[in-house]
Amino acid sequence: MSSPLLGIEGGGQANASMESGFPKNPTFTERNYLGLSDCSSVDSSNVPSPCLNLKATELRLGLPGSQSPDRDPESSLTSSEKLDEKPLFPLLPSIDGICSSSTKTVVSGHKRIFTDAMDSCSEIKGLSDGSWLSAASGSDSDPSKSVIQGKFSTNSNVKGNVSSGDQVAKGVTTNLNKVNASNPPAAKAQVVGWPPVRSFRKNILATSSKNNDEVDKKPCSAALFVKVSMDGAPYLRKVDLRGYSSYQQLSSALEKMFTCFTIGQCGSQGGPGKGNLSESKLRDLLHGSGYVLTYEDKDGDWMLVGDVPWDMFIGSCKRLKIMKGSDAIGLAPGATEKSKNRS
Amino acid sequence: MFPEEVLEHVFSFLNSHTDRNTASLVCKSWYEMERWCRKRVFIGNCYAVNPRVVIRRFPEVKSVELKGKPHFADFNLVPEGWGGYVYPWIVEIARAYPWLEEIRLKRMVVTDECLEIVAKSFRNFRVLVLESCEGFSTDGLAAVAANCRNLRVLDLRECEVEELSGHWLSHFPDSFTSLESLNMACLGSEVSFSALERLVARSPNLKTLRLNRTVPIEKLSTLLQRAPQLVDFGTGAYSAEIRQDVYSRLADAFSRSKNLKSLSGFWDVTPAYLPAIYSVCSQLTSLNLSYAATRSPDLTKIVSQCYNLQRLVVLDYIEDTGLNTVSMSCKDLRELVVFPSDPFVGEVDVLLTEQGLVSVSQGCSKLQSVLYFCHQMSNSALISISKNRPNLTCFRLCIIEPRVPDYVTHEPLDVGFGSIVENCKQLTRLSMSGLLTDRVFEYIGTHAKNLDMLSIAFAGDSDLGLHHVLSGCDSLRKLEIRDCPFGDKALLANASKLEKMRSLWMSSCLVSFGACKLLGQKMPGLNVEVIDERENVNSLPEYVPVEKVYIYRTVSGQRFDTPDFVRIMGKDKDDLYNLS
Repeated sequence: MSSPLLGIEGGGQANASMESGFPKNPTFTERNYLGLSDCSSVDSSNVPSPCLNLKATELRLGLPGSQSPDRDPESSLTSSEKLDEKPLFPLLPSIDGICSSSTKTVVSGHKRIFTDAMDSCSEIKGLSDGSWLSAASGSDSDPSKSVIQGKFSTNSNVKGNVSSGDQVAKGVTTNLNKVNASNPPAAKAQVVGWPPVRSFRKNILATSSKNNDEVDKKPCSAALFVKVSMDGAPYLRKVDLRGYSSYQQLSSALEKMFTCFTIGQCGSQGGPGKGNLSESKLRDLLHGSGYVLTYEDKDGDWMLVGDVPWDMFIGSCKRLKIMKGSDAIGLAPGATEKSKNRS
Repeated sequence: MFPEEVLEHVFSFLNSHTDRNTASLVCKSWYEMERWCRKRVFIGNCYAVNPRVVIRRFPEVKSVELKGKPHFADFNLVPEGWGGYVYPWIVEIARAYPWLEEIRLKRMVVTDECLEIVAKSFRNFRVLVLESCEGFSTDGLAAVAANCRNLRVLDLRECEVEELSGHWLSHFPDSFTSLESLNMACLGSEVSFSALERLVARSPNLKTLRLNRTVPIEKLSTLLQRAPQLVDFGTGAYSAEIRQDVYSRLADAFSRSKNLKSLSGFWDVTPAYLPAIYSVCSQLTSLNLSYAATRSPDLTKIVSQCYNLQRLVVLDYIEDTGLNTVSMSCKDLRELVVFPSDPFVGEVDVLLTEQGLVSVSQGCSKLQSVLYFCHQMSNSALISISKNRPNLTCFRLCIIEPRVPDYVTHEPLDVGFGSIVENCKQLTRLSMSGLLTDRVFEYIGTHAKNLDMLSIAFAGDSDLGLHHVLSGCDSLRKLEIRDCPFGDKALLANASKLEKMRSLWMSSCLVSFGACKLLGQKMPGLNVEVIDERENVNSLPEYVPVEKVYIYRTVSGQRFDTPDFVRIMGKDKDDLYNLS
């Protein structure tokens, strides 16, 4: 288990300074609340760190406008006019990609605005836990580089989920977020829960912009959340139907959500679910009939999913239910049948 | 030493919970005195304390307020089944407080059974406010309607209700005349209009009436005429074929509503009917047009007449021009909320930019609270806003695309948000977006000393960012973070800070299972809940980051109502994951 050594000022190069202007705890001081650090002192402030004095492993927030990791410590704080060669965000100086990508975003013009803030708190010793840095700068530096750069680009299609850490080097506790870089840059990859607008608000706008002639009609891309319940599951879930463009996608997403149960044939595709959270439950289900996906349409009728074109389906689906196949007998085979009967 | 009666009298002037809490710490006799005369209890996290402990300490309570799920549950980040069940609380308080008058719940799971218990247990029950709750149906509402003889307030704010029938409203008996506030805007089912009309007619104290979408516009004038004393009115769907008689009756009814101060509703707006409200615009202090999908000219005409407006909630259809009008006309504005009309569209169709917010910040000197969704922002705009409005207390900015930099300079928005926290010294709530590095957190840690709640997404570079916030923000109580590269180090180094906060939420960050377990082991006053729905989660090594972690202080130990995707870390004696 790594220690929470948050390195302290004073290590190695007396790097100037924790300015007194910085109100509290200018250092990333070691607190040692958990008794995990090797240092013996508790409630320490300004405890000298172990001698990890390699410049390359220092983390500092330099003055903005600084360009390169090779900096001259003395010139850092004197004034903000000196836009000298200091890294702005030299997090892991050995990983050049990070520095270069971050400094790309730095433009000199605006640096003078917060002279107070900068003067007082620009020099902060960062993490100088050598083991953490050397591990990170070791095998992982390349993937991490691309990860960070990926994050800094706009229109990044971050899924917002940290995948299971199969690329994580052993012992490194601070893993760089593994962006799901295998996703092709979608037109608009939807991130779960972003932007932070409540579901009912999204649904309402979807319907009202359809109804209202005043508003320009464009293919409505607002989210459409419907509840999904499952016989026997203790709680229900919600899915955004607009996040899928076919029954196949919806079905596999639901499979993942309700992995302890099998999902039976559903329209033009199917395939048994997999995975099990509970062995006995799965066994029970496999004995009985498979599950089918049904939905409640705008008229309140329950129909089998899969018989109508996808767009028609999402236009009329109010909610979904994963039923036992045996219960679903007698359900209307599809909306097309229904509309045939009506007209 | 004051006699008890004097102390009690003095305490009766202490209304805020924090003041009362402070007074109770002065000495033992004040503690005793205070606990006997506390009438209102507020519990910000239902899992922070046991209901029995609360009841034991405060025997004479008349009003209970509880909050359940974390805030990010509003955006589908908390899976269903996580918790927040109010049932155990209802059972205990029904037994202990037969004279309870008020229950207010936020983000809790409320079942019909809970509502039935409430309906039958409290003789003098008066106020039921359910905000963002779920788990109940119209049957539960029917029970409340039928049994709560003295009900004053039934307020369902943004709840998810299972709609079995609209007949629940008809369960209010004919003898029931005490209604003061009814908010059913979140319901989808049609209620019997005649029952509604009769209810309104026999409720002389009715001040707030917020209808749902199914009440047609033709019927509004009837209701307004029945209740000329209304202060707060929410329409239903505000659309119909344009008919002169309907319009005239409506306009006439509005003009007679001399007490109306707040308007909302306006679903499915037919713009031609909007001028019907012009006569009340100058009276309004609060206006919510956030469901009105109509373009800027219509919206601008309305706001231009709202001279006394204090609160405006609107869609981005209002555009910069509309907000410019607001800045010139609504000089009393305190709160501005602008929601996005189409949150997912790639190309931007609506002319709402940072300029709108800048103008309002210039023109409205009393502006304190902002929630603003837009597509672009610049540091200079943020700096202007902060200099115009140093009195801001709540600033929530959502730039819809994550990690978008200053659109002019392409820099991160660190400096802009830094200016906000530096100039707005009374800021208590902040939400940030756009491209942000560790630097912005340095500014926040340095300046935001009154910050109570902070929301961060897709920001920062390293643990330094989190460390700045946790070590610098003295007043911080609620911190919610998603998709940031913050990990174990900052969290563990600031473990004691977590006990001074109500809660910390981190999802899609870099906090490992091992760190969560360690934190849970070492901090008995915290529940460290790992929320992780992956199939193979039990076989993941300890250094792997968790999907989500929710950490909160508690005096009641771990909870036992968790679903299988929630693990309370570090409480097991043999150091295994807690599979509850």
